[in-house]
Amino acid sequence: MLGARAGARPAVLAGLPRLPRLWAAGGVAAVVLACGIGVLVGPVHIAPGTVLQALFGGAVEPGQANILWSLRFPRVVLGAIVGGTLAIAGAAYQGVFRNPLADPYLLGAAAGANLGATVAIVLAPGASVIGINLVPMAAFVGAGTAVAGAYVLGRTVSGLRSATGLILAGIAIAAFFNSIETYVQQTHSESIRQAYSWILGRLVTAGWDGVLLILPYVVLSAVVIFLHRRLLDALMVGEDEVTSLGISVRRVRLVIVVAATLGTAAAVAVGGTIAFVGIIVPHTVRLLVGSSYRVVIPLSLLFGAAFLVLADTAARSVVAPAELPIGVITAFLGAPFFIAVLRSTRAAAL
Amino acid sequence: MRTHHPRASAKLPARFRLGLVALVLLAAACGGSQPAATSTTQAAHFPLTITRPDGVAVTITHQPHRIVSLSPTATEMLFAIGAGAQVTAVDDQSNYPANAPMTKLSGFQPNIEAIAAYTPDLVVASEDLGGLVHGVQALNIPLLLEPAAKTLDDSYRQLNELGTATGHVAEAGSVVSKMQSQVRTLIALVAKPSRPLRVYHELDNTFFSATSATFIGQVYKLYGVANIADGAPAGASDYPQLSAEYIVSSNPDLIVLADTKCCNQNLDTVAARPGWSAIKAVRSGQVVGVDDDIASRWGPRVIDFMQAVAGRLQLIETQAA
Repeated sequence: MLGARAGARPAVLAGLPRLPRLWAAGGVAAVVLACGIGVLVGPVHIAPGTVLQALFGGAVEPGQANILWSLRFPRVVLGAIVGGTLAIAGAAYQGVFRNPLADPYLLGAAAGANLGATVAIVLAPGASVIGINLVPMAAFVGAGTAVAGAYVLGRTVSGLRSATGLILAGIAIAAFFNSIETYVQQTHSESIRQAYSWILGRLVTAGWDGVLLILPYVVLSAVVIFLHRRLLDALMVGEDEVTSLGISVRRVRLVIVVAATLGTAAAVAVGGTIAFVGIIVPHTVRLLVGSSYRVVIPLSLLFGAAFLVLADTAARSVVAPAELPIGVITAFLGAPFFIAVLRSTRAAAL
Repeated sequence: MRTHHPRASAKLPARFRLGLVALVLLAAACGGSQPAATSTTQAAHFPLTITRPDGVAVTITHQPHRIVSLSPTATEMLFAIGAGAQVTAVDDQSNYPANAPMTKLSGFQPNIEAIAAYTPDLVVASEDLGGLVHGVQALNIPLLLEPAAKTLDDSYRQLNELGTATGHVAEAGSVVSKMQSQVRTLIALVAKPSRPLRVYHELDNTFFSATSATFIGQVYKLYGVANIADGAPAGASDYPQLSAEYIVSSNPDLIVLADTKCCNQNLDTVAARPGWSAIKAVRSGQVVGVDDDIASRWGPRVIDFMQAVAGRLQLIETQAA
């Protein structure tokens, strides 16, 4: 994707396409549609009329109202937030590292979150701090710590002049955290099922508390990433392009990494390490619409939200009343879809 | 290479649900093929041969006196039938009885060399993990597998088999008949409920449960209580992970928490879950915590679990009357 744009260098900040209106409308429609399906479908059959009545403030039988308002609605909202956040974090990482394989977990966020969650599950089962379950907090802290560690390590190695040093540091940190996590798990085999459940990803049913818990972080993260979408375009052309604007590549990279990490950490705190969303959503947008970050960021937010809501609906419906880990669905549905998109567009966009 | 943590068993309360955990993880691999009833030779005359669930005939040449147990349930069974003195080492999760010789051996990540170091003349495990059977066989040490029971009859058969293998046939027989009479008494005690009751049995706070195809579920079946986990599709695991929506809408009359130790769950934590306060069991306070270990092992202490459930069912009946 770099080669194709190399010739467009002088025009990069002015001339690239804006967000096509039709696609923006399509994205919004996808979110609305996905959320509609999400609230209508579930292990408990509730008539569509009843769901709509509940949504628009009508009187509904208390049992059904309880299921809708305490469990289903917050879960759909949570799915949308987590999906959108992972997708733009993935897009941001791909831009800032100029690496199409980058995902939100590139710098060890998943390994850190898994370690934090596992340690909390094993050492302080069921514990909560100020009324909030400890596991999401530990995951949040773990993710942040891992990425901070990778950043500091990468900086001492390469001074951050090259993104490669940072990526390698992230890989090392992830391997290190993974090894500790596996060790903790193996020595506490009685907790494996819970840890496993966490690692495969699951939108925890913390009700609206979960939504409120992560909202400030994901909003901040999204705002910062949105504000940097032009710089991401410049970065796509080359680091010199950013430098020529009088802006430090290091600073841009730091700000975007911090913002994307904040969002990723918040998302994994409530959803576990859901695989694949951060990769396939931005790439699908690039393949179908265009690779300018002015297009990729907003559309990834919308389609990521829609995709995860649908995946979660499948996770809670396919084997209802049992549940599947959402990570199983995102990869199982996502991979073939992505390959289909890739095949039909390969020549044009890559 | 030792893979386990030296501190694990010493510092943290040993909480064991290996049988269930591994069963969930290996459900697909194990297939669900139920072992044919194991045939035993007559009485305790050594040498004797026992046919294992995997079809392999295990020959025990003399009465074992250096037994290694890698299964907490088997450990409980061995001590219950009077073979405790013949047990040399038990795994890091075998926390009952208190005088069982607990070691750092792991039944989950078995280390053949570490097992061999105890020079056992019989190894008992609940499943073949990490090449255990192959490794122990290569050392010409007899190994018995006593997998997670699906019914109480499985438990009785395992007790009898261990009795035969260790030379405690009569004692094993009397443990079994005592259990059988206790089960009968308990079932008689719990009168058929005046209205159909539903139970939700919780294995951990991510809502894993147990269907009637498990020894846990059989207990509820014997009491005539409907188990909401049976709503899971046939293809799903015997230990399915239920969705919160389904649990809330099933509106169980009784919630049994087998995650009091692993996950510190109780009536208050359950009531605080979003939407759960509307469940009948929560409203009427019929949320009973049981010891995770007792409720997940299919040894003689299954009676304790049955008693806890029976007591709560009687309470529900009184409440209704």
